[in-house]
Amino acid sequence: MTTTVRAALLGAIATAAFAAAAPASAAGIGACLITKTDTNPFFVKMKEGATAAANAHGISLQTFAGKIDGDVETQIAAVESCVAAGAKGILITPSDSRALAPAVTAARSAGLLVIALDTPFEPADTADATFATDNFKAGVMIGQWAKAKLGDAAASAKIATLDLNASQISVDYLRNQGFLQGFGIDVKDPTRIGDEDDARIIGSDVTNGNEEGGRTAMENLLQKDPGINVVYTINEPAAAGAYEALKAMGREKDVLIVSVDGGCPGVQNVKEGIIGATSMQFPLLMASMGIEAIKAFAETGTKPANTEGLDFFNTGVELITDAPVDGIPSLSSADGLSKCWG
Amino acid sequence: MSEGEKVAPAAYEQVVRAADATVAQFDGPKRSALGQVQHFLHIYPTMVPVIVLAISLAVFGVLAGGKFFSAFNLSLILQQVSVIGILAAAQALIVLTAGIDLSVAAIMVLMAVISGKLSITLGVPAPLALMVAFAGGTLTGMLNGLMVTRLKLPPFIVTLGTWNIFFALNLWLSGAQSIRSQDIDAAAPLLKFFGGSFKIGAANITYGSILMVAVFAVLWFVLNRTAWGRHVHAIGDDRDAAELAGIRTDRTLVQVYALAGFVCALAAWASIGRVGSISPQSFYEGNLQSITAVVIGGISLFGGRGSILGALFGALIVGVFNSGLRLVNVDVLWQVFAIGWLIIIAVAIDQWIRKVSA
Amino acid sequence: MSVQPILTARGLVKRYGRVTALDTCDFDLMPGEILAVIGDNGAGKSSLIKALSGAISVDAGEIRLDGQPVRFSSPLEARGAGIETVYQNLALSPALSIVENMFMGRELRMPGPLGQWLRMLDMPRMRAFARDKLNELGLATIQNIDQPVETLSGGQRQGVAVARAAAFGSKVVILDEPTAALGVKESRKVLDLIQDVRARGVPIILISHNMPHVFEVADRIHVHRLGKRLCVIDPREHAMSDAVAYMTGAKVPEGLAA
Repeated sequence: MTTTVRAALLGAIATAAFAAAAPASAAGIGACLITKTDTNPFFVKMKEGATAAANAHGISLQTFAGKIDGDVETQIAAVESCVAAGAKGILITPSDSRALAPAVTAARSAGLLVIALDTPFEPADTADATFATDNFKAGVMIGQWAKAKLGDAAASAKIATLDLNASQISVDYLRNQGFLQGFGIDVKDPTRIGDEDDARIIGSDVTNGNEEGGRTAMENLLQKDPGINVVYTINEPAAAGAYEALKAMGREKDVLIVSVDGGCPGVQNVKEGIIGATSMQFPLLMASMGIEAIKAFAETGTKPANTEGLDFFNTGVELITDAPVDGIPSLSSADGLSKCWG
Repeated sequence: MSEGEKVAPAAYEQVVRAADATVAQFDGPKRSALGQVQHFLHIYPTMVPVIVLAISLAVFGVLAGGKFFSAFNLSLILQQVSVIGILAAAQALIVLTAGIDLSVAAIMVLMAVISGKLSITLGVPAPLALMVAFAGGTLTGMLNGLMVTRLKLPPFIVTLGTWNIFFALNLWLSGAQSIRSQDIDAAAPLLKFFGGSFKIGAANITYGSILMVAVFAVLWFVLNRTAWGRHVHAIGDDRDAAELAGIRTDRTLVQVYALAGFVCALAAWASIGRVGSISPQSFYEGNLQSITAVVIGGISLFGGRGSILGALFGALIVGVFNSGLRLVNVDVLWQVFAIGWLIIIAVAIDQWIRKVSA
Repeated sequence: MSVQPILTARGLVKRYGRVTALDTCDFDLMPGEILAVIGDNGAGKSSLIKALSGAISVDAGEIRLDGQPVRFSSPLEARGAGIETVYQNLALSPALSIVENMFMGRELRMPGPLGQWLRMLDMPRMRAFARDKLNELGLATIQNIDQPVETLSGGQRQGVAVARAAAFGSKVVILDEPTAALGVKESRKVLDLIQDVRARGVPIILISHNMPHVFEVADRIHVHRLGKRLCVIDPREHAMSDAVAYMTGAKVPEGLAA
């Protein structure tokens, strides 16, 4: 109830703010960036990239954000505001891959170019294009790395997966299933976490992608089986929380933690040996390429194309680890620190 | 309060007996068995969560076996609920005055971020940084209280506002970036004091768990054994009556909010120890979780009724459910489902108990 | 009259805009008496009582307690001076116990460091005191002094409220419609209680619409009409019908006719 009230209020404020700013953008090309939140450094970096690119190309950019991950109402209101203000294109990280489809479809039929950043819609062609990290591949990379790192012990590994939340949104299952497949586990339905029957998986729990959730989830899974020795985490804050739980039980030395993101604190944690390996993504690139695409669309009407073999445009992913294994290309944490976001 | 007090002088009892025979009967009709249960719970509302806690411990003990019912796991539950438990103590203070505080978690996270920023980024000595956080928590709570009493705004609206305000300040100060556990260890290990622990047998007791229990013990004493505490109950029960009886209700309310803010700052310190890092994004739903604990703990949202200890049991029940359901491999969404029912049942029981007086 | 009134008022004026609620009103309460105040609705009875209990401040006039001029800016000040009021809604906290209600706002603390440093309540002392007071007033039928007030009957609650008003060395007790919400049996008990309080030497101002009750317990009756005291009558010398007639203006009391 309170969330709804809050979202409605924020929506109203956002609309008002945009309305006030709209006349200034009417002369040139207008674009919108709608992120899930502006609390997550990932989106902060994305906003930085979009702002820089917009300035460079003389595009007037409006930015919106939901209050928390999953705040769909605010995002819908933001899409509607962008259409009403006559923007040429919208860059959006959908808080819900399906719930935003009607609003986005309406925006497209009003002639706007809609590009999903980071999180694809379902189906992906709800938007004109998706600029994203290949989250499945990001998962596969850390899965393969963990398997290679363990060597023969991989066959008897005890795996815990620390996922996002009960909704199982695409980024959540793509990373999880990618990791499991990379590790050599039959994932069954690749859009479903938890349907695997491989005995090496001890269990899964949700973290809300933060430290507190990571710690509690790790504690709970250790209660199920104190012998866990491989921990997959949805992101680096969750990994930091998991490490705290392991440390409290004196297990931090003999457990391998892998993660996805490439945030600077996360890469620092790779450097200090807290996280074994992480897959780095490039939010700044997603946003700046998105702005360029909107410019091209406004000027020539061309829409961006997907990467060969994928239903989105892959903005790249790099494995960061200080313990490289043969056959899996990776960067050191020192290199990672120069490329990290946040 | 005053369970089992037996100071009755014999003379008085005799007067009572003699009087009973001669004077008009004031007693109600004989109660049915169910009516007696209702009456009992009305006098001891905290027994509801205690019974629920005992039953859920027994049920999960059977379902999940030794994994659940081990000293280690039980002490783990205690530490997992410690932060929300302390927040629930602050929430209970406000709810007892017939208010509600949506900003408790926001105050907590803001104070954690402030103490972290001061001591780790700016190099202020940790004790001083903590003092600033305590003062800040008290002042932010007082701000809530002043708006409730001076501007006569409903607590729901005031704290809905300050929740957003404090959350925004928290993001601005932290840059939405966590302060890493290792950086805290290096610069200000005192901030993680409540993460420390000791062993009793297999049980691993953190100082944070001890802090939670201590906060409840102190607040219980203050609420039940001091005049101020009884005034807080009276205000929540019937504010106009309290005012007419000579209580300065506005002043007392501001004090209650300020105390709640201080308790939130304590929760902030405990949360750094618990989480390890200082995370501006953790505990976003801490306010709702604290309300959940208070409601399940049998404290009436209409004020004045229930014991603060109920909030402790409420927090423990949630912790036991989460731990137990996980250990028997129940999906997360069914944990959420179960807590939802607990809330509704708790409020329904509260309403039923209140009918005694009607 | 050789006995001095304990509470007097002279020339009280209170206006609300164009409405004059008190129009140079006088008032006298003698030690140890029950003075009933009666009057038609809108006659300014409640304004008079509010002025005496500190709930409103008058525009003109003087109130004297024990011969000393007093000026109250709040009910708390009036209470501090010894004027206790039992409001119609009783001002009790339903979920709190009888003891706690009786001591609300003037709790006793433990002697020594427990009271001084921990500010701990002295419950045994408070219980003993409350029991004494209830016994003195014949309210011993209340079985358990720790039971919440909401479990009491209307009459018992009234009893607790009156006991609270009379218990703390008060000079004057004002009772506002104490029997209005009660049945016959309970009203009976409350009337007995009022007389018990008087027997202990505390004078009472009783505001009531119930003529039989007024005529049963009052020593004198202050008839209020059109914002001032019309007359004071002795219930033994007047019939109820007279009082009602004076109140409504149907009849003019003797001595005022000329």
